[in-house]
Amino acid sequence: MKNLFKMVALTGFVAATGLQSCKPKDTSNAVSGDAGIKAYVAPGKYDEVYNFVSGGFSGQMSVYGLPSGRLLRVIPVFSVDPEKGWGYSEETKPMLNTSHGMVPWDDLHHVQLSKTNGEYDGKWVFGNANNTPRVARIDLTTFRTQEIIELPNSGGNHSSPFITENTEYVVAGTRFSVPMDDANGDVAIDTYKENFKGTLSFISVGKEDGKMDIAFQIQCPGVNFDLSRAGKGVSNGWFFFSCYNTEQANTLLEVNASQKDKDFVMAVNWKKAEEYIKAGKGRKQAVKYAHNTYSEKTHTATSEIKTEVLVLDSKELKDICYFIPCPKSPHGCDVSPTGEYIVASGKLAAVIPVFSYDKMLKAIAAKSFDGEFEGIPVIKYESALYGEVKKPGLGPLHTEFDADGNAYTSMFVSSEVVKWNIKDLKVIDRQPTYYSIGHLCVVGGDTKKPTGKYLIAYNKITKDRYLPTGPELSQSAQLFDISGEKMKLILDFPTIGEPHYAQAVLASVIKDKSVKMFKIEENAHPYAAKGEKETKVVREGNKVHVYMTAIRSHLTPDNIEGIKMGDEVYFHVTNLEQDWDVPHGFAIKGADNAELLIMPGETQTLKWVPTKVGISPMYCTDFCSALHQEMTGYVRVSPAGSNVPLKFGTGITKPEVAAASK
Amino acid sequence: MIFYWNFALKLTLTDIIMKTFKVIASLTIAAIFSSCGGEDKPTTATAAQEEPQSMVKDAETYDPKRGEGKYTAELLALSDKLDEAQAKIGEDASNVKCTSCHKMTDEKLVGPGWKDVTKRRTGEWIMNFITNPDPMIDKDPEAQAMLELCLVRMPNQSLTDDEARAILEYMRKVDGLK
Repeated sequence: MKNLFKMVALTGFVAATGLQSCKPKDTSNAVSGDAGIKAYVAPGKYDEVYNFVSGGFSGQMSVYGLPSGRLLRVIPVFSVDPEKGWGYSEETKPMLNTSHGMVPWDDLHHVQLSKTNGEYDGKWVFGNANNTPRVARIDLTTFRTQEIIELPNSGGNHSSPFITENTEYVVAGTRFSVPMDDANGDVAIDTYKENFKGTLSFISVGKEDGKMDIAFQIQCPGVNFDLSRAGKGVSNGWFFFSCYNTEQANTLLEVNASQKDKDFVMAVNWKKAEEYIKAGKGRKQAVKYAHNTYSEKTHTATSEIKTEVLVLDSKELKDICYFIPCPKSPHGCDVSPTGEYIVASGKLAAVIPVFSYDKMLKAIAAKSFDGEFEGIPVIKYESALYGEVKKPGLGPLHTEFDADGNAYTSMFVSSEVVKWNIKDLKVIDRQPTYYSIGHLCVVGGDTKKPTGKYLIAYNKITKDRYLPTGPELSQSAQLFDISGEKMKLILDFPTIGEPHYAQAVLASVIKDKSVKMFKIEENAHPYAAKGEKETKVVREGNKVHVYMTAIRSHLTPDNIEGIKMGDEVYFHVTNLEQDWDVPHGFAIKGADNAELLIMPGETQTLKWVPTKVGISPMYCTDFCSALHQEMTGYVRVSPAGSNVPLKFGTGITKPEVAAASK
Repeated sequence: MIFYWNFALKLTLTDIIMKTFKVIASLTIAAIFSSCGGEDKPTTATAAQEEPQSMVKDAETYDPKRGEGKYTAELLALSDKLDEAQAKIGEDASNVKCTSCHKMTDEKLVGPGWKDVTKRRTGEWIMNFITNPDPMIDKDPEAQAMLELCLVRMPNQSLTDDEARAILEYMRKVDGLK
């Protein structure tokens, strides 16, 4: 197999014929006899590990159980989700607000679990929006997106949402350099070198509440920031970003951004940046960005447009940023558990360079520089280099670590995972993936104390791994047992969207904190009906507010008359249940948005603008009891100007309830 | 597969002589038992992560007057006088969590009307049932009879101890206690 790859590489066949030629042969040999037992989780038993997987172009984040590969949940983040009413209910619409208005889709590439002392603390998971630049924070008691912050001065948020070892900051580096927001952006595209800038945003995170705020941005030369990692342990206080397109090309990047032998890893001293901020060196810049938060008390999101950001200039403040040359278009930029080694993967390079934090500091002190790039010192390659992993494979992308001093690097072009030792840089094992691995993840693989045991490969090409489903196939993830010296493939499982980065954490860190329902007494939604006695229908001009309750198995009110064409009807539905796993759904015929899915104790609102005179049925969409099919109702819609009086109730044939209606 | 094969065979041979039928029937039964056998005992969805409990022991010790839960007559020590303030708290709580399904008359809505419930059941049975409904619906004969009638399992409304006690006081008020 290896010889085949070498031969292919030598002839340049790979580049000429694409991915298919790298497909390892004889896939059946890759699975050993006990794989089934290792991935088997008996019915009713829990998985050992939560795996938070980016949904790529779905814009969402999925949660899998490992080792079974069972899909546990899809958390809506940056894209609307009609199934859950996300982005359709009045309460969740503000979450997708941006300076461009409501943006219903994005591309979520990377996830980061919050950390304390460099280990996962199970509080939050963050995700980035690659298209309209944003960062989201998901609460891990509710598995719901609680906050989304937009990034000004940014063209596409790719090297994000990587975090520092105590979650002081989430970073966001722009993939596309663009003119700054307060400059005139109406410029010729080929003035890139002159007008385009890259920014790195440092978003502070509240220790207790997780609340995000853009603490500062660092303005950098116009290049493409690709991936990043925070230093940890010895290198805590620094951040490392991979950069490509140091050619500063603005067209045909495929060729024009691949000219130089070396691009850069940018080392950023964020503690130093903090000092400059304290010393008042930042420039207050007028910008516009949205900051959206969801309250679990009012069950409602609010969106605020902010207008100012603090910017530091990397050219002026010379000792914040340093470039380290790195072979050909580095992609992954990963930091070892001790924080001493920075592994940068040049995706077109034949070696994996491993930089030493200690050597880098010494090189800076000794000014062992190779000139400057756009005013930023460039450290000599050899002065920062610990060593190179020789002949690792083709197309190295990303690296994660285990507890025993080993690193695992994904090889896109040669479609394999390569295990190597961090100290001696010798390759220990290589296993094929099916096909063309992108990101990979080890349980706790980016922490100071990796758990190890499992490695998951997220592949870009699926081809023949599953039953054919037409031209489009689910993307394929593969689970490896890495407890022994050799990695063993034990499971394939399909994923949603296109998974990029993912993180895995022992279930025990998260599972016992899970919220089971919301206390109805604490529901502070302005339109909540806490009990059927509070249900009512209120007309305010052409707006009609229905204060509705849902409980197994009826809606109150379930008969509503007096709605007229031209009305906007708001169904504020409160789920009165107080038990785990009893959501109610709500849908009405002809609604041009979606359903509601209302958790126990929560209130959610569906806006409905009737388009036809007549009777519109409504019903509970989430099977709730033996009488779920009975959980229905009717709304009568009359012509505009009709004198049909407003009338509502449930079980109105019974005298005492009839008294409640007008 | 063996089970289904036998079952099919049984259907096709029912009008053949009795002796043959009995042999096949016993084979079928044997197949059913072997296909359902195994180490694991089935558990309910809510108890999936816990060890299955012995039903035999429960049947012997289960007290249908008390129900299952933490309340006993001694613990409750109900007074024969109504606590008006507590009953008011109970009324407010039941408006949020109970009256969607229960009326104060003897009319059934989703669940039975509350009229005379404190005369039909002991205070401890009511307290146990409203704070611990699922285990009781699984074994209490009265609760099971109500389920057959109403067809909706009474939901666990996550009542606190204080709420449950206040609701009982409200029920006592509805039943005429002064």
